[in-house]
Amino acid sequence: MLRNIVKYRVLLLMLLPTSIVFFINCYIPMFGLFIAFKNINYVDGIMGSPWAGFDNFRFLFATSDALRVTANTVAYNVVFIISGLILSVSLAIAINEVTSKLASRVYQTVMIMPNFLSMVVVSFIVYAFLHPEYGFLVKHILPLFGYSSVNAYMHPNAWPYILWLTKMWHSIGIGSVIYLAAITGISEELYEAAVMDGASKWQQITRITLPLLTPIMVILTILNLGGIFRSDFGLFYHVTLDSGALRSTTDVIDTYVYRGLIQLNDLGMSSAANFYQSVIGFFLVIGANSLARKLNRDTALF
Amino acid sequence: MNTASNSNSYLKGSKGAQMILHIFFIAFSLACILPVLLIVAISLTNEKALTLQGYKFWPDKIDLSAYQYLFNHSETLAKAYGVSLTVTITGTLLAVLLIALYAYPLYRKDFPFKKAFNFYLLITMLFSGGLVPFYLLYVNYLNLKDSLIALILPGLSNAFYIFIARTFFQQTVPEEMIESGKLDGASEWRIFFQLVLPISLPVLATIALFTTLMYWNDWFNSMLFINNTDLYSLQYVMIQMIRQAEFFKNQLAGSGVALLVQESVPTESLRMAMVIVSIGPILFIYPFFQKYFTKGLTIGAIKG
Repeated sequence: MLRNIVKYRVLLLMLLPTSIVFFINCYIPMFGLFIAFKNINYVDGIMGSPWAGFDNFRFLFATSDALRVTANTVAYNVVFIISGLILSVSLAIAINEVTSKLASRVYQTVMIMPNFLSMVVVSFIVYAFLHPEYGFLVKHILPLFGYSSVNAYMHPNAWPYILWLTKMWHSIGIGSVIYLAAITGISEELYEAAVMDGASKWQQITRITLPLLTPIMVILTILNLGGIFRSDFGLFYHVTLDSGALRSTTDVIDTYVYRGLIQLNDLGMSSAANFYQSVIGFFLVIGANSLARKLNRDTALF
Repeated sequence: MNTASNSNSYLKGSKGAQMILHIFFIAFSLACILPVLLIVAISLTNEKALTLQGYKFWPDKIDLSAYQYLFNHSETLAKAYGVSLTVTITGTLLAVLLIALYAYPLYRKDFPFKKAFNFYLLITMLFSGGLVPFYLLYVNYLNLKDSLIALILPGLSNAFYIFIARTFFQQTVPEEMIESGKLDGASEWRIFFQLVLPISLPVLATIALFTTLMYWNDWFNSMLFINNTDLYSLQYVMIQMIRQAEFFKNQLAGSGVALLVQESVPTESLRMAMVIVSIGPILFIYPFFQKYFTKGLTIGAIKG
């Protein structure tokens, strides 16, 4: 052991700076989870504050907040995961059928563009359509259907659809390029053999492409399911302009924790929600991974 | 894209089918790009026309006053650009170096502590402490409020990229090269910097591009740690502008720039001009992305 440390001291030195960064960004916060069981006040500092037992959790689950944000988080994620998968794979299969190389490249280039825009920029785009007075939809399209001046930022029921559309616009193109990379890896001999046997285009897709894509689809989906308690914070915070009127349908665990921490300064509540999110998230990842292992040993994360 | 699609020789698709595909993808591409063009159009429309006719995809006549205003009062903009550029460049260089330094020993077959250091990374992918302890650590213990370090440090720990780099080393750096380097008496550092890194440029470029984009588009850390207006990044200035239309005016008034009372601020178009100005650099690196993007995607396999 010691001899090895001396022998490989240069490699160990190479590992050191990055290890320190990970220790600061990841490991110390993990140990910091215990603050959920403390009654933090800044006078005594974090270490000196009195223990609160499960009080913070009692407060959190006494309100309807916890249930609401959990339900929203899970529901949005499930819908995003399933529809994202179906749309990305369909698009990938479709673009693989485009015979013109040039056209295919142009389409791909354009399709991944939305993903390069930050959620702040996306929030401006949504705003340009929905601005209560000048928005393109509000001013030019809705009047055709007899609606005059609608303030979408006051109508919570519209937002699951708006957010779904926004999320899909932002992420489908890139998703389909990932699946396309997998399709390109499928051996062409398979298709040639299928054509010799007189398989139709549709049969080639259902009997060759989809079965061979299944492992990667399953793995990516399972990994996404592991992250079902985490959300795309920007989507729920910026695109909704953090509008209080929309909370019932757009508040997720991430935005709830952020508001508790930064805006309301309610450390007890936000640290309890944070603890709950982290711990359940951990079990979900472990569960998802063991499921992946069961399905296919080679594709599990660990 | 390098991998455009299968050159499916079996695909003698009928002309009609190809036609339908093209129509569909042209429509889809328009759906991807038109929303951005709406922003461009608004930024080029006269303020009065906006308040009368609302936002349209086609300005009646091109009006550059929003951009003129931006560049005439460029102090805020220049500062924000400076912050975004500094953070992006410093962060990217540091991140790539740290990733390569950690990935290389993991690739070395003879390195006895490989398992432990792999495990050290894997844990961070599985379990996170979440926002609250992270925030308290940065603010109360490291005193990083209102510092550029708070914008750079969080982006430096990405386990996923390290695994990608390690996999790339395994696939492309021959072990004989390390051996012969050692026989020639080269030090470990020399082997790493002069032999390993140069042949690993593709993966380093891919990671650099992803990291560049991440830093350029980051607003979350600004929201957490930045109050000082001198340290506002472009993304953060935009957040301020969508929340308070008069942000620019207040900024200038605050910085002691005398504003003419009559000077009207083209608020609506100005906001959108700001968005366009912030997207600019992304379009600039886009061609490089084209080259490395799919390559980066296909290096994916991450087995510990």
